[in-house]
Amino acid sequence: MNAWLMIGGMLVITFATRYSFFAWPELRFPPLLRQSLNYVPIAMLAAIVVPGMFIPDGQTLNVSWRNAYLLAGLFTVAVAAITRHLLATVVCGLAAFFLLRWMLGQLPL
Amino acid sequence: MPRSKEFLHGARDTLPLILGAIPFGIIFGALAIAAGFSTGEVMALSLLVFAGSAQFIAVSLVATGAGIGVILLTTFVVNLRHTLYSATLQPFIRHLPIRWRAPLAFWLTDETFAVVQQRYATVAASPHKHWYFLGSCLSMYSSWQLCSFVGAVFGQAVPNLAAWGLDFAMIATFTGIVVPMLRSYPQVAAAVVAGATAMLCYALPYKLGLVAAALAGIVVGTGCERLRAAQTGSAPR
Repeated sequence: MNAWLMIGGMLVITFATRYSFFAWPELRFPPLLRQSLNYVPIAMLAAIVVPGMFIPDGQTLNVSWRNAYLLAGLFTVAVAAITRHLLATVVCGLAAFFLLRWMLGQLPL
Repeated sequence: MPRSKEFLHGARDTLPLILGAIPFGIIFGALAIAAGFSTGEVMALSLLVFAGSAQFIAVSLVATGAGIGVILLTTFVVNLRHTLYSATLQPFIRHLPIRWRAPLAFWLTDETFAVVQQRYATVAASPHKHWYFLGSCLSMYSSWQLCSFVGAVFGQAVPNLAAWGLDFAMIATFTGIVVPMLRSYPQVAAAVVAGATAMLCYALPYKLGLVAAALAGIVVGTGCERLRAAQTGSAPR
């Protein structure tokens, strides 16, 4: 396959999705739609994060104490709720995750 | 705030998200080289497409011998969520000329959307919030290029790069953004329903489950807000 054809196609398609609504500055949304759009960030981020914790390999549901993604993920949720500070959440979450993976012998050391 | 300060704050507020994206950029670069792309092609993908998930999936598909039609269709479906971001931010950028709207759209990633929508949600009246948007875009863009390059050039030197679980960094950053946003019961309902739907629809091809989950969360959140407003007799915000 021609890699440059693929890159060009991906460029056009990606830009089209991102520019889709930016292209129509005259467009005004009705109140119900504007109200709904307020939920886009929460819904999309939750949809990315939750499977990442429960289905870490992208294939099978893993609810067990050997799933560091889930345990450290729940800990990260708690830190985020208490501190409401993004950088503190990321640092604490990553520290907990790698500590757990090390304790569970899941690091390629 | 003046333009320069908006720009710098946008870049600064994106730093934690860059931290989460660094492993992805490096792993992407390494994976793309392993799939047979040249360093130039890897950098062209990052410079011209600038869409982490789509780049990852395209490279994985090439490795399995998929055709260009499948790859472009997958790119479209994986990027569908960007139309939601585009719609959400449109009311705030619609006054800008095309020389602003087009580049900001090109740089509109998950990370920048997460940061910028919070800036637009603040009541502070600033005529220069698009400079904040631009600051977030450029810090994200430059770091993504650097990480892709490092991954492409040095990625093969680190064995088991993918086995470290560095992808948790992105989960931690997005968790750190979404949890503090949950202040009312409709917001919690939207998050729970979106998360649950994402799990139920995980097996759908081309990450269609992600879009289905977001739509379910949006509908439930809006419905709960309307229900609550009707019950208390107050007009919706």
